[in-house]
Amino acid sequence: MIEAEGLERRYPGFRLFLDRLEARPGEVLAVVGPSGAGKSTLLRLLAGLEAPDRGRLRRRGPAVYLDQQPYLLERTVLENAAFGLRLKGWPAARARVRAREWLERVGLSGLAARPARGLSGGERVRLALARALAVEPAALLLDEPTANLDPANVARIEALIGAERAAGRAVVLVTHNLFQARRLADRALFLLEGTAVEAGPAAAFFERPADPRTRAFLSGAMVW
Amino acid sequence: MNEVLEITLRSLGVSGAATLIAAAFGLPLGLWLGARGAGRLARSLLYAGMGLPPVVVGLFFYFLFSRSGPLGGLGLLYTLPAVAVAESVLAFPLIAGFTMAGVASRAEGVRRLVKSLGGNELQAFLTLLAESRRVVVAALAAGFGAVISEVGAVTIVGGDIRHATRVLTTAVVLETRKGELERAAVLGLLLLGVTLVVSGLLVVFGEREAA
Amino acid sequence: MHPRWFLVLLLTALPVWARAPLVLATTTSVNDSGLLDAILPGFTRETGIPVKVIAVGTGQALAIAGRGDADAVLVHAPSLEAGFLAEKKGILHACLAKNRFLIVGPPADPAGVRWETNVLNAFRKIYLKGALFVSRGDRSGTYVREQRLWKAAGLRPQGKPWYLESGSGMGATLTLASEKGAYTLTDLGTFLFTQTRLKLAPLFDRDDPRMLNQYSFMAVNPERYPWVKFEEAKALRAYLLRPDVQAAIGNYQKARFGRSLFEPLGGECILPIK
Repeated sequence: MIEAEGLERRYPGFRLFLDRLEARPGEVLAVVGPSGAGKSTLLRLLAGLEAPDRGRLRRRGPAVYLDQQPYLLERTVLENAAFGLRLKGWPAARARVRAREWLERVGLSGLAARPARGLSGGERVRLALARALAVEPAALLLDEPTANLDPANVARIEALIGAERAAGRAVVLVTHNLFQARRLADRALFLLEGTAVEAGPAAAFFERPADPRTRAFLSGAMVW
Repeated sequence: MNEVLEITLRSLGVSGAATLIAAAFGLPLGLWLGARGAGRLARSLLYAGMGLPPVVVGLFFYFLFSRSGPLGGLGLLYTLPAVAVAESVLAFPLIAGFTMAGVASRAEGVRRLVKSLGGNELQAFLTLLAESRRVVVAALAAGFGAVISEVGAVTIVGGDIRHATRVLTTAVVLETRKGELERAAVLGLLLLGVTLVVSGLLVVFGEREAA
Repeated sequence: MHPRWFLVLLLTALPVWARAPLVLATTTSVNDSGLLDAILPGFTRETGIPVKVIAVGTGQALAIAGRGDADAVLVHAPSLEAGFLAEKKGILHACLAKNRFLIVGPPADPAGVRWETNVLNAFRKIYLKGALFVSRGDRSGTYVREQRLWKAAGLRPQGKPWYLESGSGMGATLTLASEKGAYTLTDLGTFLFTQTRLKLAPLFDRDDPRMLNQYSFMAVNPERYPWVKFEEAKALRAYLLRPDVQAAIGNYQKARFGRSLFEPLGGECILPIK
């Protein structure tokens, strides 16, 4: 799980600030908001890829981050899937076994020996997921994992996210797809211009949003 | 030994040696600059070096190795080692520059990936090295290709001396000068063939997937 | 074929087979005729001195020697040789052999050179006709002679549309002339070797003193360049002037072409060196 307090990050012309944020085990926290709101930045801060200018971050257990365009190594699918485990010091043979299990779960076992660079968009995301999940992290930070994917792949990946949640992982999901957010989220957070306008349990958030800006955003209006 | 074979082996030998020397300095430099990030000065110098006119390099070494020159006492002018030195100066910026550019384009992605999976900086650096094999192959091929096809500097520094410093390119020029155009063309094709074989070997052995 | 590492040369206790090589700078026409490949191995066998031949234009040969990067030169441009001697860069000048320059051109001979007995008139005819002429355009002995002939005829072809400067060696220049159906000045040796491939006829091939091509040897002066292999250069000079070697030079390819490519001079210069 991840706890953040007084998190602040500044760029020229932009400031991200969150008073309090929690990612709890067995829960999906959906982060929604317009482009440029700071969603990706927030995720990177939680993942430890960027250091906050101010604030405290507490992480219990390893967290794994999935980029919007996952970087695949110039190796086979299997070797990519095993990469996270190898980084943790797993011997090659054991890592490959575990990697194969995960390739099976994401439906890529047939492609295990293929060069990873030749995969389609949906396959790349599934591979990146398998790679990330294989290390069985405590927290999973996903940056728009189903953007630009066809419905079949979207469904597949949503199923995986559901399974991870059931397995007790803390999931933070940044998404543009409000329907997806409704489907998957236990809690939701609306980020606008670097501030959390509203946050809370999913049902209340989507059905009876408190803030007018949230209402406007959820109804599809442009929110500046 | 058949003279054409002799000339071919000499071309391969001196250009191969020059590429290795240039790689010994250029690969580490390129990897370092690519991984750590190269400043504008470093990039400008390397890119300028890639465009160095070979004849200028040749003239420089001529004056350096000339018996009237500062290193004249070494007696290196008109010898193969001098040719190798001049060629390695030509290959070095190509190898370093290509490596730097290729590694730099991968550096950010690899770093993010490794850190996103909980790895540290050292692991990121080592992964970057492993991922850069194709880049290194391309850089070596570029360096070798440049020097084996070089003729201006080789002539000035080597003298195109029969049985001593004559290589495929200078032999082509010689035959053309004599008006023996068919012979020149055959030598030229041989040169192309050699370059193709070496590039092919580099790709096949260099890009083999690691275990 | 093995690389001659500099260390081998420096060792004073040298076995005979590793004696320091002599660097001979010569012209492309001499080298391309193959004369040196025929004559020099005998020298190396007898003395154990290997010879490294650098074949460039006369101008470059003298420039290289003028920096002490060659130990001896073999060139064919008396005026440039005179300058070399006057600057005390070269000594022990010896005239080795001679042949001639020819005017070659298209067999149809539009300028009517064939029947001219005076070479200056031949050049004047070419000039007046505006016939295509290819010049070496470099500092070669052939080019130097060509310029002197134009000057002696009172003509300046530079800039004329029919005057082409190739900047190439003699063989390539002949090829160009053949392709374009142009006239050119050539040395005998290169022309004989390439004649069969060319569509050029020898149009002025006469025993005219102005067309005399004289090949000279000079050693680079050890007083100016202490490192040159002066003893070896002297040995080469002596070898090249020896009657039997001179005879061999005269006989080179004689059977094949029915005439001497290089007529021996035995050290007696016909053209003055000035």
